[in-house]
Amino acid sequence: MRPLRLVWIYPDLLSTYGDRGNVLVLERRARLRGLPVQILEVNSDQRVPPDGHIYLMGGGEDLPQTLATRRLQADGGLHRAVGQGAVLFAVCAGYQMLGVEFGGADDQAVDGLGLLDIRSGRGERRAVGEIVADVDPALNVPRLSGFENHQGVTRLGPRARPLARTTLGVGNGDGTEGAYAGRVLGTYLHGPALVRNPGLADLLLSWVVGPLPPLPAQAEELAVRLREERLAAVGTQGQ
Amino acid sequence: MDANNHRSRLPIRARLATTVGGAAATVSRLAGKGDGSVIGGIIGLRLEPDLLSLLAQGRRIVLVTGTNGKTTTTRLITAALTPLGQQIASNIYGANMEAGLTSALSRAPDAPLAVLETDEKYIPAMVKATAPRVVVLLNLSRDQMDRAAEIWLLARRWREALGNAPGCRVVANADDPLVAWAASGASQVTWVAAGQRWRDDSWCCPHCGAHLERDGDDWSCRECANRRPPVSWVLTGDQVIDPSGRARPLDLALPGRANRSNAVVALAVADAFGVAISSALRELRGVTSVAGRYTQVTRNGCDIRLLLAKNPAGWLEALDVLEPPPVPVLLSVNAQGPDGRDTSWLWDVDYRRLRDRMVLVGGERKLDLAVRLEADEVPFRLVSDIDEAVNVAGTPSLEVLANYTAFQQYRAVLGRTA
Repeated sequence: MRPLRLVWIYPDLLSTYGDRGNVLVLERRARLRGLPVQILEVNSDQRVPPDGHIYLMGGGEDLPQTLATRRLQADGGLHRAVGQGAVLFAVCAGYQMLGVEFGGADDQAVDGLGLLDIRSGRGERRAVGEIVADVDPALNVPRLSGFENHQGVTRLGPRARPLARTTLGVGNGDGTEGAYAGRVLGTYLHGPALVRNPGLADLLLSWVVGPLPPLPAQAEELAVRLREERLAAVGTQGQ
Repeated sequence: MDANNHRSRLPIRARLATTVGGAAATVSRLAGKGDGSVIGGIIGLRLEPDLLSLLAQGRRIVLVTGTNGKTTTTRLITAALTPLGQQIASNIYGANMEAGLTSALSRAPDAPLAVLETDEKYIPAMVKATAPRVVVLLNLSRDQMDRAAEIWLLARRWREALGNAPGCRVVANADDPLVAWAASGASQVTWVAAGQRWRDDSWCCPHCGAHLERDGDDWSCRECANRRPPVSWVLTGDQVIDPSGRARPLDLALPGRANRSNAVVALAVADAFGVAISSALRELRGVTSVAGRYTQVTRNGCDIRLLLAKNPAGWLEALDVLEPPPVPVLLSVNAQGPDGRDTSWLWDVDYRRLRDRMVLVGGERKLDLAVRLEADEVPFRLVSDIDEAVNVAGTPSLEVLANYTAFQQYRAVLGRTA
């Protein structure tokens, strides 16, 4: 069987806080279903292969975010991959980079990758803390639980849909959280966002391989307990 | 300038501020609320906002900062300077912001020397306030990102502050590109090859952003002139090589590569103050534990060693220090304010080397750690406290690695002597 190719974009620039977790969660959940997985870590001095199945982008500080954007723009591999229908999942700084523009160092607008119809700028206050958000029902993914740490404010254009509506936390800043269009999806849940949201991980996998069989309960037990504990700690329930 | 009778030369308001602050600290200590250094400093600063500058005047001050090793290195430098035979003020309890520094100086009004652990964010302000003779820059890596500044930004602020501090010598780790870049703004730098175990925050040039070429500990930027500066002190294995080229074994009581690195930095500082290297080294070897870190205690017949580490780089170093299998290890994680409320950092640590030993998992955020270990296919057992860990392990010894408040909770249970 052809392995599922996970491409982690620029861990040298875009891995601020636990972003590896998303790679590991996707790998684990694929393998548990018998899917072979190949992981490619592509640093910013390497070419982005256009033939991956799922591309992952993490968080980063202002300067690395701008540098990474320029290099991805010049490289072109990610754009080709998305054009061919690859899945792209980006968190935090990576999410902002997907858009038309974002606020860089000293709040100057920087041209983004243009892969998602969003525009980001800098808000008044830094949003730091637990976030809970209800996912667009069309995606059939349980409520999101995560941690946000950003000062971005993001507005969605007509060609992007909000990923979720916040019930706790700030997200995009207008009551919505994250955005998606086709198989390109971004969120302000930072770092290992998929750890507490296995449903979102499975959505990304299913976009590549189609409907997935459920996992045996024991393989899910700890992740489910963690998720319930975190939601309970901020006073909300799982569904 | 002679610093004797320092307090008597303080303006009257500052003298009152140190007295009132000291009284508040005593009350706080008697009430069992820590060592009182923060409350004492806060009250003193409220009465006299320039208290820290006034207290610092006429003293020779060393500021110690970095993401990891601040407390230990402060202790080691203090030890290495004891051959000078002068009283040394120090914030040995780790209160490392303005109030903590103020309190440390006001408690030792006659000490002509001070070695002060300083929070990374406060370096610019503290350099300005204390006009230090030496600033020590250890390392810089991701840490408690929910409340700490981003590290490239921090490096830039250090660089600006040190560029505006003539007369200050910087002792810096040349092997950490972010630290080296920050230090290179200073007029006098002593470069130490102290090593860099954690590299995931320095793959790119902090000056221009290009990818860094790495060859062993050496590094250079592909696109600009930024490169590892020539070093005068080197840690290699257990040996320190001094600027004259002489190698000596360190033979520390403290474990681990990170502490050897901290010790070499301490020697470089002692040398800058004119202490003979052999005398300084003798003092360093006498340091056995630092604020409870590395302490051995016995509980229900089990020898427990306590290790504290707060972030990915610290955990990486601490995992290197563990006794080899089959000694079991208890990992414990909290996410209270001082720990950082975000546990994402757990995913930056590679736990796979723990697969061949018994691993116990505790702390308030044990489930976060459990899911992380599951992803690395490390078998483990969840435990609710230290006694259950000792009981489940059933071994004559146990290694404990905990982050900040988890560590303090265990210390409280095991007794402050720990």
